[in-house]
Amino acid sequence: MSDLTLNLSQLHRERVLAWLQEYGVYVAVGALLVFNVMFTPHFLSAANFRTQLVQVSPIVIVSLAMALVIGTQGIDLSVGSVMALAAAVVVLYLGYGAVPAIVAALVAGALVGATGGALVAYLDIQPIVATLALLVGIRGLANVLVPQLREFRNPDLIALGSDTFLGVPFVVLVAAALTVVVALVVRRTTFGRQIVAIGGNRAASELSGLPVRPILLAVYVISGVLAAGAGVLATARLQASDPTSLGLFMELSAITAVVVGGTPLSGGRIRVLGTVMGALLMQLLSATLIKHDLPQSWTQMVQAGIILVAVYATRERGTR
Amino acid sequence: MEPVLEAEGISKRFPGVQALDGVSFAVLPGEVHALVGENGAGKSTLVKILTGAYRPDSGELRYLGRPVSFSSPLEARAAGIAAVHQEVNLVPMLSVGRNLLLGREPRNRLGIIKLRKLYETAARQLAEYGIRTDVRRQLRTLGVGVQQMVALARAVSVDGRVVILDEPTSSLHPREVRTLFGVIEGLRRTGVAVIYVSHRLEELYQICDRVTVLRDGRVAHTGPLGGLDRLELVSLMLGRDTSEVRNTGTTRFSRRLRSPQNRPGEPPVLQASRLRRRRLLHDVSLQVHAGEVVGLGGLLGSGRTETVRAMVGALPLDAGQVTVAGFPLRRRTPAAAIRAGLSLLPEDRKADGIVPSLSVRENIALAALPRLSRAGLVSEQRIDQIVETFIKRLRIKAASPHQKVAELSGGNQQKVLLARWLALHPKALLLDEPTRGIDVGAKAEVQLLVEELAEAGLGIVLVSSDLDELVEGSDRVVVLRDGAVVGELHGDDVTEEKIMAAIAGHDASRHDDE
Repeated sequence: MSDLTLNLSQLHRERVLAWLQEYGVYVAVGALLVFNVMFTPHFLSAANFRTQLVQVSPIVIVSLAMALVIGTQGIDLSVGSVMALAAAVVVLYLGYGAVPAIVAALVAGALVGATGGALVAYLDIQPIVATLALLVGIRGLANVLVPQLREFRNPDLIALGSDTFLGVPFVVLVAAALTVVVALVVRRTTFGRQIVAIGGNRAASELSGLPVRPILLAVYVISGVLAAGAGVLATARLQASDPTSLGLFMELSAITAVVVGGTPLSGGRIRVLGTVMGALLMQLLSATLIKHDLPQSWTQMVQAGIILVAVYATRERGTR
Repeated sequence: MEPVLEAEGISKRFPGVQALDGVSFAVLPGEVHALVGENGAGKSTLVKILTGAYRPDSGELRYLGRPVSFSSPLEARAAGIAAVHQEVNLVPMLSVGRNLLLGREPRNRLGIIKLRKLYETAARQLAEYGIRTDVRRQLRTLGVGVQQMVALARAVSVDGRVVILDEPTSSLHPREVRTLFGVIEGLRRTGVAVIYVSHRLEELYQICDRVTVLRDGRVAHTGPLGGLDRLELVSLMLGRDTSEVRNTGTTRFSRRLRSPQNRPGEPPVLQASRLRRRRLLHDVSLQVHAGEVVGLGGLLGSGRTETVRAMVGALPLDAGQVTVAGFPLRRRTPAAAIRAGLSLLPEDRKADGIVPSLSVRENIALAALPRLSRAGLVSEQRIDQIVETFIKRLRIKAASPHQKVAELSGGNQQKVLLARWLALHPKALLLDEPTRGIDVGAKAEVQLLVEELAEAGLGIVLVSSDLDELVEGSDRVVVLRDGAVVGELHGDDVTEEKIMAAIAGHDASRHDDE
């Protein structure tokens, strides 16, 4: 008898957790929006929305790539340093014009991603170790290239950071477009399906003839390129290259967004929209607390709570 | 003589399986007692009950004449019952000596380990068992054999009275095996009871005094090994009486002999020649014609799984060649094998087969994705078509194609994996224990399907521990022992008796080349 009730309550809890993983992030974002509309003055202004979205865009871009990497059961800690490297490279090559400079920055990101990917895919080094090495090393490289904050006056690059289209900042448009692209890749392409399969069961994927190593390599290259893109956008908005502090702790924000969005760290599943919502939730949360004059330390503690809830909800449920 | 450890009427049930059913078992001090049986016979459950990892549902365990009930392996070990498993449970980063005396290091008054004393003690203890090695070396720098010997020495040096060796020689070099046997001999002299779990018949006859054969959770036989000849032992393990004339009909195979459909001059659809892998495979060759089912027989650990894994490139080879429909596989990877038309249904469905986080539909389409997409974009329509076709054809029972594959029964998961391969239109299929662990209904369906596929012209290799399945399902049976082909049976020779004779090595006088 007591056995039965125990089972029932356990079943109930599992269902709650599954629901939380599936929709929790949407509900949380919705609740925060409602709270702010009711209690935060000037929350509904266009300027406020624009600021929030511009601030969250680089995080969204990096998180999208992080979601792909985590989907393969990996992790990429180098993204923040890659942003710094991109900031350094883009000002170094700005003399050739904005477009060549941006391309150079993206190529630099791709190279870092390829290095991490090769370590993971071909040398079988654990992703956390391989990309930790890059986190340290690439930040150093970026500082060597541009030792201190360097301002620039290239109008094209400045425009990328501050211009709008139909009232929406470019930066936000790029993040939105990338969200659509990544969602399509995950849902509609062979590549996306194979990423998820590799994360779900690598041995089975290999036996099924999937090109496991090239796919892993490609995922890390994508992560490098997107992180570099986020670095370029952030630099354009700052109108200055700041490799010392740009992208610091970005890897943690991105992982948080992915996890809060309901993607399990154990791989085999990628939630693109959830990831974007996860990034929005964290942004909205810190904005809310700041507007209500609560110190930054409060934000951090609340964020910690949310991460714990998210991880608890996505953790491996009993084997069936 | 009083048995040192005795189990009486032990039963243990797991959901859906009666793992042990009234098993009685006793070991005497100073004897080496072989515990044998095929997969699922209940060996590991019995070992786990003896070492306190499981509690029996009913029955009694007596140790040194007194009833006992161990609540954990730790308790059993403290009482003097130790198990040494295939994977060594030691600390690879510590030295041999530290490992040997882990948790009972000689200490001074401040609780600091007296290293010199420790290494002296360790060296002396190892020497007693005839193990010569540098006790200061890191354990992981030594071979698996020495590591296992250290584990063994550690197990018995804590006043061990019963030692359970679980497949101790599976990763050992012949030279190391000799040392191990020396150690076991030493244990026997000091009155320790050794329970020896292994599938290698040669070894059993070399080292063991008595044998207990488990089959389907019951004791099939127990007694001295000396009076039991190999064929009898094999037939006890596989559950066949050598003199019994059996009727067919326990499987769904029609036992209709298919004539190989190869026309003269046409190459076999699948050919493996002289596959060689150190310690696992010794020049295994195999030919399969279109429309033929070739059974691969042998005991557990005889190299059946290794052979089929090597054929698709999932196990690296030292030498050998695999040819599919006349074309040799250049790159030895599963992807290359699949492109050539060769796929493997793996033995371990969970670890190597299904992707549990994905749906039935995605699991079926997994290998065929590149063929079901254009320019990298997946065609949902074509996937739906294929998935629908196979769900119907293989009668896969799922709530919907979008149900997670992890939620299906074992039999239906197996059908999903078969569908994954059939969607590729292969020329040859390797089936490693396709019906193990699935319910009777699904088993019959899978067997029917195998027959259908052969009739449709596929070449099939069927690995099975189920003799009925092997005999009734195969046109030809190749028998492996210790990683080498020891017999090939055709036509009317495909009988249980002849397969068992080949496994027991009655007609073959092969000697190990190592």
